[in-house]
Amino acid sequence: MENKQHIEFSADALALAKKLMGRYPEGKHKSAIIPILHIAQSEFGGWLSPQGMDYVAKIMDLQPIEVYEVASFYSMFNLQPVGKCVIEVCRTGPCWLMGAEDIVNHIESKLNIKVGETTSDGMFTLKTVECLAACGGAPMMQVAEKYHEDLTFAKVDTILNDYQNNTKTPISHWSKDKIKP
Amino acid sequence: MGKKLLTEHFGVQGIQQLQVYKQHGGYASLEKALKKTPDEIVNEVMTSGLRGRGGAGFPTGRKWSFIDKKSGKPRYLVCNADESEPGTFKDRYLMEVNPHLLIEGMIISSFALGAHLSYIYIRGELLYVYHILEKAIAEAYEAGYLGKNILGTGYDLELYCHPGGGAYICGEETALIESLEGKRGNPRIKPPFPAISGLYNNPTVVNNVESIATVPAIIAMGGEEYAKIGIGHSKGTKLISACGHIKKPGIYEIELGLPVEEFIYSDEYCGGIRGGRKLKAVVAGGSSVPILPAELILKTEKGEPRLMSYESLSDGGFTSGTMLGSGGFIVMDETTSIVKNLFNFTRFYHHESCGQCSPCREGTAWMEKILHRILHGHGTLKDVDLLWTLQKNIDGKTICPLGDAAAWPVASAIRHFRSEFEDFVQHPEKHLDVKHYFNQIEKKELA
Ligand SMILES: Cc1cc2nc3c(=O)[nH]c(=O)nc-3n(C[C@H](O)[C@H](O)[C@H](O)COP(=O)(O)O)c2cc1C
Ligand code: SF4
Ligand code: FES
Repeated sequence: MENKQHIEFSADALALAKKLMGRYPEGKHKSAIIPILHIAQSEFGGWLSPQGMDYVAKIMDLQPIEVYEVASFYSMFNLQPVGKCVIEVCRTGPCWLMGAEDIVNHIESKLNIKVGETTSDGMFTLKTVECLAACGGAPMMQVAEKYHEDLTFAKVDTILNDYQNNTKTPISHWSKDKIKP
Repeated sequence: MGKKLLTEHFGVQGIQQLQVYKQHGGYASLEKALKKTPDEIVNEVMTSGLRGRGGAGFPTGRKWSFIDKKSGKPRYLVCNADESEPGTFKDRYLMEVNPHLLIEGMIISSFALGAHLSYIYIRGELLYVYHILEKAIAEAYEAGYLGKNILGTGYDLELYCHPGGGAYICGEETALIESLEGKRGNPRIKPPFPAISGLYNNPTVVNNVESIATVPAIIAMGGEEYAKIGIGHSKGTKLISACGHIKKPGIYEIELGLPVEEFIYSDEYCGGIRGGRKLKAVVAGGSSVPILPAELILKTEKGEPRLMSYESLSDGGFTSGTMLGSGGFIVMDETTSIVKNLFNFTRFYHHESCGQCSPCREGTAWMEKILHRILHGHGTLKDVDLLWTLQKNIDGKTICPLGDAAAWPVASAIRHFRSEFEDFVQHPEKHLDVKHYFNQIEKKELA
């Protein structure tokens, strides 16, 4: 688990942040706070520390509290460290009807962690989330930005093994390779 | 086969690219629209009878006609692509498969409203769709459909995509506006309505993805022709996202007025219930609308066939009817526990309450607690009455409709399935056999 964060955006990320702030009318650049927090989260290893949020406040010329209150409201922002791969299983009605709880239990026992925990090697964090607009593919989960639908135990095993074996580079939301100004 | 206006080109290879979209008639409606006056377009949409596809079903043309043009303030169009109503997944597919259809709709609609700056507010989890849209928007700029002096008409429009941060409440239009301003998604007290004071306190229209994506078809065929599709005050086609215990979950474009029975059982649509089981209940328009037992979803109380339309689904009011809502059609078979399902939905609304008003914040927490107690075998008959009282004390007493949306599933579940709740509290051992909150899925279905 990455506890030490390097609190500074790369040049690309900074340029992207500036560009995003320009998408709103004069004096309304605060609007870019959520997009920029997404960038911050992927720049800072998947989570937002107080220092990370202060940095966002600084580059956006906002009060730190304006950033904290937004970051703490939205479920996509992790205010605690997370593993390299965040597994988010949908737990809402339509997915639950189709066995989401079995999927959660399966992952819990496979990784030997409970929902909300991170594996000791810092590889996986397991979360449950609310409906991700993929109910037709229930049960489903999101890993990084990828949607995995119509899950079966075997499918889950393959997906997790792929990440574990690094055949797929684990990426967080708004991964760096996607950040192109 | 019904008419396909939104999904007509879903199967076309490469339709995400502007070139291919154009080859299939794309952006012709925009060229046509730019030759009209903004008011003519508003009238066309009014004539079409299109009603908002985000859930409330408010006539789109009328909403547009309310926008304040007198004050001279800048006007905005914001597309609601937050899609987070459980059971609803149509906007995601629409944007993913045919992004230019939405963009073309955004340009025409912005022109009609006199907006020079517009946003598509998309839920943050849909990052991959965000990238698809960004790419398509860039293409549209390149082709001269966006930016300054669009197609030489002198009309300017900037269009941007804006991601959310994960919060169901941001689908509510005033919460969405707050969020777009860079704040927590707390709904605003109405009035003033966004048409007068919305984004940055300027006149704003918020419309659902599907509503806006329908506009090019209305321009192409004319409002009058469009209004010939459908039934009664339910005009046109509608995307229904079907999920749950059916053979073929997915997105279906239907002509409004299709019988519910045909939708559930015909092979063209849901294909019937999985495993040949019996239908138990349906939540027809996203988790917020009242649940109906099989007999009332297939036929109204008067014994008439229930149709997929705003009027027919709400026939009988909340006593024996429901709502078309967002078109999130959740089907439950005979193995489903209504009590467990209600617990899940109530937990969802408690989790998603923004916490501003006490009836919603406290009421959803209480309802979740009581249902939790019942599920763990500690419920009493009094709890069922308490649930009923609690939902009544939320309904209609809050700033935004999330409170109602939390109350209605509870009210309808107790109204139609009271005996199941009573049996649960009187004989919990019968229902507690599994660690599952839900009907245990046969292992073979997942393994
Ligand atoms: C709690 C809540 C959640 C909502 N979520 C959505 C949503 O995800 N997408 C949507 O288009 N409308 C949603 N709505 C409805 C919007 O407030 C608004 O009515 C709609 O976007 C207007 O667009 P339309 O007239 O084109 O339907 C929601 C409303 C409430 C109260
Ligand atoms: S009804 Fe609920 S979600 Fe809506 S404003 Fe009140 S507390 Fe917030
Ligand atoms: S309920 Fe899981 S994606 Fe909608």
